[in-house]
Amino acid sequence: MSIENDERTIRCMVAKVGLDGHDRGAHVISRAFRDAGFEVIYSGLHKAPDDIVQAAVQEDIDVLGISILSGAHDTLVPKIMDGLEEYGAKAETLVLVGGVIPEEDRDELEAAGAAAIFGPGTSIEETIDFVRKNVPDR
Amino acid sequence: MFDEQELAEISQQRESWEAETLDPSLERGERKERFATVSNHEVDRLYTPEDIADLEFDEDLGFPGEPPYTRGPYPTMYRGRTWTMRQFAGFGTAEETNERFHYLIDEGQTGLSTAFDMPSLMGIDSDHPMSEGEVGKEGVAVDTLRDMEILFDGIDIDDVSTSFTINPSAAVIYAMYIALADQQGVPRDEVRGTLQNDMLKEFIAQKEWVIPPEPSLEIVTDTIEFAVEETPKFHPVSISGYHIREAGSTAAQEAAFTLADGFAYVEDCLERGLDVDEFGPLLSFFFNSHNSIFEEVAKFRASRRVYARLMEEWYGADEPESKRMKFHTQTAGQSLTAQQPLNNIVRVTIQALAGVFGGTQSLHTNSFDEALALPSEKAVRVALRTQQIIAEESGAADIVDPMGGSFAIEKLTNEMEAEIMDYLEEIKAMGDGSIRDGVLEGINQGYYHREIQEASYEYQQRVERGEEVVVGVNEYTIEEDTSPELLHVDETTRDRQLERLEQVKADRDDAAVDATLEALSDAIERDENVMPYIVDAVKAYATMGEIMQVFEDHHGAYREEISPV
Repeated sequence: MSIENDERTIRCMVAKVGLDGHDRGAHVISRAFRDAGFEVIYSGLHKAPDDIVQAAVQEDIDVLGISILSGAHDTLVPKIMDGLEEYGAKAETLVLVGGVIPEEDRDELEAAGAAAIFGPGTSIEETIDFVRKNVPDR
Repeated sequence: MFDEQELAEISQQRESWEAETLDPSLERGERKERFATVSNHEVDRLYTPEDIADLEFDEDLGFPGEPPYTRGPYPTMYRGRTWTMRQFAGFGTAEETNERFHYLIDEGQTGLSTAFDMPSLMGIDSDHPMSEGEVGKEGVAVDTLRDMEILFDGIDIDDVSTSFTINPSAAVIYAMYIALADQQGVPRDEVRGTLQNDMLKEFIAQKEWVIPPEPSLEIVTDTIEFAVEETPKFHPVSISGYHIREAGSTAAQEAAFTLADGFAYVEDCLERGLDVDEFGPLLSFFFNSHNSIFEEVAKFRASRRVYARLMEEWYGADEPESKRMKFHTQTAGQSLTAQQPLNNIVRVTIQALAGVFGGTQSLHTNSFDEALALPSEKAVRVALRTQQIIAEESGAADIVDPMGGSFAIEKLTNEMEAEIMDYLEEIKAMGDGSIRDGVLEGINQGYYHREIQEASYEYQQRVERGEEVVVGVNEYTIEEDTSPELLHVDETTRDRQLERLEQVKADRDDAAVDATLEALSDAIERDENVMPYIVDAVKAYATMGEIMQVFEDHHGAYREEISPV
């Protein structure tokens, strides 16, 4: 049969953390991931870091896309990373951050464990390619 | 506007132009198969009087300052005075924003516009666990009346008009402003300003909420009723399409959904027994202005026309002031790129011009660095200068409705009106036949979510396919290092805010707070207007979170039940 059938379906969660309500990007990327053949779970709005960690662990996801445009990324993203680590899920989860993230904050988020940061203007294709190439082996 | 014989001649001339002049040129082809606006609305090559054969000058256009206000809400428009340049500001604690307010007043600004931080916008206190990382970030933190006292310290509130961009907790901020007027001895009927307070669009697009849609609508109507009686110079609601567009809607959807929200408030007020000619003049609107200039101008003109017509036909408005749509405009944040950020100054200029050609009453121009971070001072200044150049140097402010009469603009205005009317009918049909019920059903059934997501996904795909050119993003790209000067929010903000909140709680009379919250709860139970009770509660220094909790206890917290389309 086709090669695709041998491949495991990539499981993604697109998450909105904190009080930020900007969900346009989260919805567009969710739909694009689904169209790319990934399985997609959307967290819904206004989630605490811990809600996201719990859901990520429970759903046994491969990819966590965190969408944040409120400027609170420096506090909230590291909290999610710490939570994933606590549950031993950090190594096997590809964490992506999307939104308005100033250049100077990027190193810190990457040091905390974000695999990539996608700012405004990133093409969907680029994001999907990145996921395919970097999704952790299990 | 044209007689039949004239039209027949024009038609004949067009046909011969097509055969003799156009067709030979078309053999070389055009740049694209299809030309469309940023909303994907197809536009024709050329418009002629044939396209607007049915247009009636007096009924459809008329004169500025007279119904249907297509040509502008006021007779002299910007020749009388230019639009209000209302740049929205707020950050950190009340002290810092107060300092900024004083600076702006010293610079001659008479309208203040307040941005609140996320916890204040969501009606929770700075010490709530969900507030972590957000206190003072995107705006000023307000927990109690004490913060408002500091925010307006040294400012006579009868001298300024203040706009408050806040929604689920808007009634609390409104009550605090009234309490402040009472403290300063300013008569309530002298209080001027605007509260955004448009909860319907929150459920549709901006997604800030506390309690479900129906009780949220009830509070909005309470504020309108209270404003009619107590603060007749204060606009209690600014019905907003801005966020609907930012969420990805088309221009027509923005206009239609916003008008529907406006009519839902009107119907709710009428049901309450209020007089349309008493509350109608207090309603104001807020739109987005995007890149497709002609479509935007058509949107503004069509919105005014539909509003004037339907306020009269559907709701029996009699006074001109109840039919006159007044609106604020903000340029499209979503259109700004992180790549080659200086290009955004040009985008903002185009969008601002569209707002001015469309006849806006006030304007906020975005800063060029907004796709990178919160705007820096330098970028904010350029944004304001952009408006000043348009106002003082371009001549755009010297002719009323300068695009009126253009075959293209009039045709696009008619098409926009027709699209708006179709959406309004569709919304009505979703409920019991009223707009109010249709809007609430549309929220509950995910109609708006589907409509907007569909449009935004479709746009994104056009960008991906290169059909929609975004300069610097999918065309004309360069390798660059984008690290402009950015605004830094003081990291000690949260600590200072928490300290103050603790101090207020220690100083206040807890029994008095409890009594006012109890009274508010009883008022909700009895279905009374809640505004007077919120005023009492804020005067006792109850916190915003405590007050909103009373509503949540009665109505439950709202959870959005949607999944990606």
